Amino acid sequence: MREVDHRAKLNRRIFLQGAATAVPAVAIGASTGLSIGDAFAEGATTLSPSTLKTLVKVARDIYPHDFLVDSYYITAIKPWDGKAAKDPAVKTLIEDGVKRLDQDAQDRHKMPYAQVPWESDRIVLLRGIEQTAFFAALRSDLVVSLYNQKDLWPKFGYEGSSFEHGGYIHRGFDDINWLPKA
Amino acid sequence: MARFDLNDDGVVVIVGSGAGGGTLGNELAQRGIKVVILEAGARNEIQDFVNDEWDSFAQLAWKDMRTTSGNWQVAKDFPNLPAWIVKSVGGSTVHWAGASLRFDEHEFRVRSTYGAVAGANLLDWPITLAELEPWYAKAENKLGVTRTNGIPGLPGNNNFKVMEAGARKIGYKEVHTGNMAINSQPRDGRGACLQIGFCFQGCKSGAKWSTLYTEIPKGEATGNLEVRPNSMALKIEHDAAGKVTGVVYADADGKTQRQKARVIAVAGNSIESPRLLLNSASNLFPDGLANSSGQVGRNYMRHMTGSVYAVFEKSVHMYRGTTMAGIIRDEARNDPKRGFFGGYEMETLSLGVPFMAAFLMPGAWGRSFTSAMEQYPRMAGMWLVGEDLPQETNRITLDPKVKDQYGLPVASVHYDDHPNDIAMRNHAYGRGAAVYQAIGATTTFPTVPYPSTHNLGTNRMSAKPRDGVVNKFGQSHDIKNLFVSDGSQFTSSAACNPTLTIVALAIRQADHIAGAMQRKEI
Ligand SMILES: Cc1cc2nc3c(=O)[nH]c(=O)nc-3n(C[C@H](O)[C@H](O)[C@H](O)COP(=O)(O)OP(=O)(O)OC[C@H]3O[C@@H](n4cnc5c(N)ncnc54)[C@H](O)[C@@H]3O)c2cc1C
Ligand code: SF4
Repeated sequence: MREVDHRAKLNRRIFLQGAATAVPAVAIGASTGLSIGDAFAEGATTLSPSTLKTLVKVARDIYPHDFLVDSYYITAIKPWDGKAAKDPAVKTLIEDGVKRLDQDAQDRHKMPYAQVPWESDRIVLLRGIEQTAFFAALRSDLVVSLYNQKDLWPKFGYEGSSFEHGGYIHRGFDDINWLPKA
Repeated sequence: MARFDLNDDGVVVIVGSGAGGGTLGNELAQRGIKVVILEAGARNEIQDFVNDEWDSFAQLAWKDMRTTSGNWQVAKDFPNLPAWIVKSVGGSTVHWAGASLRFDEHEFRVRSTYGAVAGANLLDWPITLAELEPWYAKAENKLGVTRTNGIPGLPGNNNFKVMEAGARKIGYKEVHTGNMAINSQPRDGRGACLQIGFCFQGCKSGAKWSTLYTEIPKGEATGNLEVRPNSMALKIEHDAAGKVTGVVYADADGKTQRQKARVIAVAGNSIESPRLLLNSASNLFPDGLANSSGQVGRNYMRHMTGSVYAVFEKSVHMYRGTTMAGIIRDEARNDPKRGFFGGYEMETLSLGVPFMAAFLMPGAWGRSFTSAMEQYPRMAGMWLVGEDLPQETNRITLDPKVKDQYGLPVASVHYDDHPNDIAMRNHAYGRGAAVYQAIGATTTFPTVPYPSTHNLGTNRMSAKPRDGVVNKFGQSHDIKNLFVSDGSQFTSSAACNPTLTIVALAIRQADHIAGAMQRKEI
């Protein structure tokens, strides 16, 4: 079968070589993501850098995909700065939402949300605000702004537009080869 | 291309250019009758379509405001998007998958077959399968339906092969690549399917039948059909004698126009058609046009639906090739021993990553959701579609508060699942999962209904005027020169997809209208 995402094979190789080699790769991924994140947050016009960084963390906690670096979450979150600039109600919604989340984190863990080290603890905090307008707005926007990024589709094994390639008639529409014989 | 004068009162005005309206328009034009089709949407042609789910949604879908209520899941997940249908020339035949099936004989006689079911407003159709058979044959020929007229079936894609293997394993017999209005070989000036896989976004190869590039240009070529895009019908007017005389509509610039008419046919799909009749209330018809029975807007049906997605160890790539690539028909029979009346079809379905994220588990988040998403390349999927029962209280009404851009009340869609629908859906979830588990699925996801793609029943046919809105030709009981030409005529929903029946009824209606005009009855 014609595969789309070759990480499947790659991961196996890394696994065979042992965990030690895998660690640096993961670490590089994470640190690259963070530095992009900082630059983007400093360039914001309306929302504070710390608000934006918290939003990126929240975005990853809502839709955690460990094979996606932060840049995808940043792309998904970035437009909120512009929306907040245009509409004071949006600005208030976002700022108050993040403030509340940080307060909840302070109450429970004595630190802001983004620094709470375990995802499972952060999820408890998110469950606490799940019914708020802030969470609903963020999540319903994110389900489009994250998964609608064309360059992450191949990571999900999805090929996007096919017409310009002549469809799949010669590109594997029926190439499945592992089914039991009927 | 014809252009008719606004004051030409000899034309037939059709509201909507989809399966019903587009077909009727061409059929009348072929018979030498002058027709104006008013279409609310723009004219997007094949070259304008995009292989991108959200961009295409923005281009083609009906996004004007609607409201919802009732216990159905869609009201919770998509409160302002009760239906996923099209606002564009060609209507929902631009989006549709192409599955083209005939009703079973008993599905025209649901009251006689199922008896009195509590909470349901069952009624037999005023026509039988035998009466409709010749029209079904014409419709299949028009649409070029595979496995009819000597047209071979489509080749099965990966998603179908998975479903087929599981189906055979658990003993299902009627399993094939469907009766599809998609060319498996060149026909009618259109090419064969290239397995592009974006059937729901407008077929860029034109292999799939749509009124946009079949009926409409054929009708236009006669010189008898004018299609006016960006023309939203607002109100149907009538004279003192109670005959309809014209349609008031908003043109592309938002300016109000009035097209006079000899006959008017409403084909705006089952939410907008009753809305238009209700918004046309007058002193003579205070409850809306054609509504002496009080049934306009009632008995809204949307099919029992749901999906099952299954994850396998190895890749499937279900998105490659035709979206609805095959069918299991063994559960389509009526067999009350299963705990419900009527039956359902199992049809392959795939969504791309963007829509899968929105529709797999609406509102879900966290690792159980993202883990499911990460299985995307190893997923197979099927859609479950079955008969839902008409209920008087499932209905389209005019929203008391919310208005559209023209200042008219928007449609409010109320739907409660009937216990029969719930029992059928649970049965279907179980059988769908069993199909995939039989060949080693590691996980299955019973997925809740999407916004309605099949919308039916809100101006139903009845033998007696007090039971419904239109007679067996879709002619309103109350007003002789007012017709309904879309799925809102359906008296029952049947297990199968509705469009072949809509088209068959439209061809038959064209014959009736032409005859009645010739005899000067209308
Ligand atoms: C994704 C999807 C997949 C589908 N797959 C299948 C399938 O495989 N098989 C099947 O049988 N069916 C399928 N369907 C359903 C099928 O598309 C519909 O049953 C059929 O198109 C309905 O025909 P219609 O004439 O009632 O309405 P439509 O085709 O929806 O046409 C109605 C038209 O009227 C216009 N309109 C509405 N109100 C006004 C107004 N006031 N003024 C002017 N114009 C107006 C609308 O803009 C629209 O263009 C599918 C639908 C969707 C959305
Ligand atoms: S899969 Fe076939 S029918 Fe569907 S869009 Fe592509 S060419 Fe058209």
